[in-house]
Amino acid sequence: MRKNRKLHGVSLVILMASVLLAISFSLQAGDFTQEDLERWDKEFMTVVMKGDKLFHSALGTNKVSCDQCHPNAANTHPETYPKFQQQIGRVVSLFEMVNWCIQNPLEGDPLPADDPKMAALLSYMTYERRGVPLAPGKH
Amino acid sequence: MNMNRRAFLKTTGAGLITSVFPLSLVKIAFGGQGPAQDFSFGYISDAHIQQIQGNNFVRNWDMGLIRAVREANLLTPRPDFFMFGGDLAQLGKKEELDHGLEIMSSLRGKVRYVIGEHDYYLDLGEYWQSKIGPLWYSFDHKGVHFVTLNSILTYDSWVNKKWPSPMDRMLAMARLDNPQGSPFMVGREQLTWLKTDLEKVNRSTPVVVFSHSPIQKIFKPWNFWTEDAERVQGLLKPFEKATVIYGHVHQIEYNQIGNITFHAVMATAWPWPYPESYSQKASCMPKLTVHMNRADPFFERDATGWQFIDMRKGKVSMHYQLPDNKNRSVVFNSKIGKPQDVNYQGYGSRIPPQTHY
Ligand SMILES: [Fe+2]
Ligand SMILES: [Fe+2]
Repeated sequence: MRKNRKLHGVSLVILMASVLLAISFSLQAGDFTQEDLERWDKEFMTVVMKGDKLFHSALGTNKVSCDQCHPNAANTHPETYPKFQQQIGRVVSLFEMVNWCIQNPLEGDPLPADDPKMAALLSYMTYERRGVPLAPGKH
Repeated sequence: MNMNRRAFLKTTGAGLITSVFPLSLVKIAFGGQGPAQDFSFGYISDAHIQQIQGNNFVRNWDMGLIRAVREANLLTPRPDFFMFGGDLAQLGKKEELDHGLEIMSSLRGKVRYVIGEHDYYLDLGEYWQSKIGPLWYSFDHKGVHFVTLNSILTYDSWVNKKWPSPMDRMLAMARLDNPQGSPFMVGREQLTWLKTDLEKVNRSTPVVVFSHSPIQKIFKPWNFWTEDAERVQGLLKPFEKATVIYGHVHQIEYNQIGNITFHAVMATAWPWPYPESYSQKASCMPKLTVHMNRADPFFERDATGWQFIDMRKGKVSMHYQLPDNKNRSVVFNSKIGKPQDVNYQGYGSRIPPQTHY
């Protein structure tokens, strides 16, 4: 009897776990809706717009902004990263080159790689380059 | 002006003597072929002197103009005069114009100025006129008729919008990629003046027009564009030899439309990308242009420069002075009636940094 009750308990745990698993699978697998897509796109575009603002404002100490040299983020070439960057002396991701620009022409302090401002800048730059095929390493 | 002179000479001096002036040292003789003589002049443009606060200015832009002035002062023989092609200031402030003019004051020789949008949209040219002179004018030199235009005017409706302050208007025009910007134009008043001015000029007299924006339509979103370009081109059409030299685009750019030769000049401050580098919008880059070497940038002055110009038989030979880069020469080829790069014009002779994408 006792053993049986124990078994009941185990199967209950298994049942609950599989229900939870099923729920989490339904969240992970392709079970998202048109509304989800729209929400995610809105989230992304909000960050792109934030990046647009940052790209057109002074991020360093000398009032110089990114767009002064890169109108519409042109000539930033997000599609070519990671690539070897002469002035850094190794293969870098785009955020490192953004920081090079913040430190040199903008005379400012670099942003952490996971700074939301960095994500916004990279989102804007990449969005302005949408549709261009990836060409990692290209110069 | 806190640049260490010795450091300057160390980095640029030796190379300069051999690379900057090969052609200006050579006088091409051509006697008795008409009143236009050969001579040279210098051209410096787009310094974008930018105030941070008080006496503090963006060092990088200062250095570009200081270097151009120092190099231009070494030219021998002396060019007949210098032109400044506009965008002396970044935001049209008195402090910026004064500081820019102070740097320019050490340039040896007569200097004339073209106004750019960055000089104009704060006070609509008021301070510029009080310090420098009229915004459009003409003059004659050794048989060539020169005209300077103010080509960065725009629609009154945009200028007179209810701006929170004049600085907001300035900032709106200073932003090259501003979707709420407004196209440049010469405007009716100036066109009427230009028509009258050119009526007095013999059709065989070479005419050179200085403007800030290209008097041709290349890319409207960045104002590589003049709304009434065709009207100006129409007034130049009757002349045997007509040339337009413009700033604003911060890049090597040349073209031939009918009888008119077009040359852009480099900025001393920073390069702009070529419009085709912006993948979202179509542009009309002159096919003739062999692009400047791409700025990567390996160093501060990458893809900046200034130029000296030889006038020969009334046509322009443009010599681009490019720091730490091979200088470029774009010369009018009278056999084909077009300007051509002396070294890179053929597709086979171009080098990888001249491909922009
Ligand atoms: Fe400019
Ligand atoms: Fe300009």
